[in-house]
Amino acid sequence: MTDLTSLQPKTRLVLIGRKILRAGSAPIFVVLGVIYLLASIVVSVANEGTLLSIDALESVLSRSVGLGIVAMGQTCVLIVGSIDLSVSYLISVSATYSSAIMNDDPNKMALGVVVVLAIGALVGLANGLVITKLRVNPFVATLGMSFILSGVLNASFQDYSGAVPDQFQYLAYGYFGPILVPFILLGGVVAAVWILLRYTTMGHHMYAVGGSEEVARLSGIKSHRVIIAAHVICALTAVVTGLYLAARIKSGAPWIGPDGNYSLESIAAVVLGGTALSGGRGGVWGTLAGVMILFVLDTSFNSLQVDEFLQNVARGVIIIGAVAVYTYRINKRRR
Amino acid sequence: MTLETPAPIDRVSMGPSEASLGVRALRTVRSTPPIFLILLALLLAIYSQAPTYNFVSIFKNGAALAILAAGELFVIVSGEFDLSVGSLITVVVTMSATIANGDPSSTPMVFAVMIVLGVVVGVVNGFIVTRLHVPSFVATLGMMLILVGAVNYITGGTPLGNLPANFRMFGRDAINNFPVLGTLPNSIVVLFVTGLLLYWLLQRSNFGKRIYAVGGNSRAADLAGIDVAGTKTLAFVVSALSAVVAGILLGGYAGVSVNVGNGYEFQAISAAVIGGAALTGGRGTVAAAIAGGLTMQALFALLNVLGYPPELRDTVEGVIVIGAVAYGSYQLRNAK
Repeated sequence: MTDLTSLQPKTRLVLIGRKILRAGSAPIFVVLGVIYLLASIVVSVANEGTLLSIDALESVLSRSVGLGIVAMGQTCVLIVGSIDLSVSYLISVSATYSSAIMNDDPNKMALGVVVVLAIGALVGLANGLVITKLRVNPFVATLGMSFILSGVLNASFQDYSGAVPDQFQYLAYGYFGPILVPFILLGGVVAAVWILLRYTTMGHHMYAVGGSEEVARLSGIKSHRVIIAAHVICALTAVVTGLYLAARIKSGAPWIGPDGNYSLESIAAVVLGGTALSGGRGGVWGTLAGVMILFVLDTSFNSLQVDEFLQNVARGVIIIGAVAVYTYRINKRRR
Repeated sequence: MTLETPAPIDRVSMGPSEASLGVRALRTVRSTPPIFLILLALLLAIYSQAPTYNFVSIFKNGAALAILAAGELFVIVSGEFDLSVGSLITVVVTMSATIANGDPSSTPMVFAVMIVLGVVVGVVNGFIVTRLHVPSFVATLGMMLILVGAVNYITGGTPLGNLPANFRMFGRDAINNFPVLGTLPNSIVVLFVTGLLLYWLLQRSNFGKRIYAVGGNSRAADLAGIDVAGTKTLAFVVSALSAVVAGILLGGYAGVSVNVGNGYEFQAISAAVIGGAALTGGRGTVAAAIAGGLTMQALFALLNVLGYPPELRDTVEGVIVIGAVAYGSYQLRNAK
């Protein structure tokens, strides 16, 4: 290993540059940059506006922050080699139950938040236990959980339920200094998951279990606990997304999760960022880039006023293309 | 063994049977996939609550899902997912309405166009999965986004045109004066014919044997000289074509809208899975997948009869899906 500090500044910079480029998530940031540049050019030529005008930003902010938070949890789940299809309905559960409990009463804000966090932890725990102890395929286990939540939710609420107090809307519209609170919220979740994956034993165990559960278990890692922990973390991020959406639209509704298609979109954002569906590889920065790519697409399509439906087509093509490139690179390296 | 011959891999030799009739009966019950017992129990429960219930309607309304589940089974047995079938149903229904626009003489042409479309979607799915090595979950998710976006873009969110009567008759009409039943809905005939065809393809033809081999162990299948990529691609084509048939039935009785196929991909996977198919590939039978699809419909009917809110169907369905797979993996561990 070369000691970076003993080198000339220029060489050091080159080395750091190379190191960044070789990092797993680097290519996706290059792609993000290219898409951003292309989108800005197209938007400024066609529309004589700028890509990130406040209006355009505002209109897609909700989706990106909400998606970003839950995608961080989904990253953990995919790293351990599992999957979570239940986050859409958990987001709805979180939004509806929190606003029903708060019912416009500022004194009940803490209660509402604590209750839905507890529900989230339970749902994550149930997912993890069903997968590890009953050995149900994660796809089926969390799909089943999403059916269960959907039934309970739709039987309990038909429409907007209760309302969150004005103070709670600070979470969606407030400013902390010059920065919008939603960005701080997203930043906080990103930082927390990054620290977890990078610096804690649990995080390292997650990569180990995702790489090979058998090997991890034989090395003395309690793989069941690691998988359960990942599912609890994912469920908690879904709850936070639900709280944010409730703050944003002032009241929870049973359809906000499934309508936003958060389960599949969050998985798409994570795999777009280079986290493998097979587990053991990936991280928060790739996911963040994945969310931002979807965000730039949304923004540019919106400000171009192109039919919003074409967005889906573009998304589909980009997701398939990105993953095809990843697997191509991995296969090439293996040869 | 009864008509549900299990996958070749599962065929365990039982030895010459000298056991008593009771033991043999018990064995038959135990070797029957639990889904048939669940379906029977549900039908009996409905009968006990409402003896006059129109049982034919369960089969009529469940036919589309049952066919879809049987088609999805091909992909599942080959070890992959197909999440694009729900959106393909939407494409079939809305595009057929747009092309036909109420003109009965166009129906054969519309059917032909839709079959070609199904083949194209299946081949593209298969190509992305087998040649570009994109995991099928991502590949078919991308296809789903593309199809949903395309159909909304073309129709502008509100489908134009309508389906002619000779298109709708498959899902809507019935054969009158049928012995015993009185009337026999056409969709049940379609289910029966498609089911037989899919049964033959998966469990009797060489193509089916290759699918089981590929899903059981694709490396071994490859070394044994099986064209893994081609087999998987054909499985995707079968799945897409079953979505076309399901779309034709749904267009008949559910009408034309841009969300007619919503959620069907997960319903179909659930139906196949509660029928005993393993998502890891190599296991599952057509009859059990069809029974899985009909079970979902029977569940809906039972909750209706009992007066529970229909929304609770999802919850019960979730519990059954998890329970069925947990039971299956428990059995598998015991067998080892």
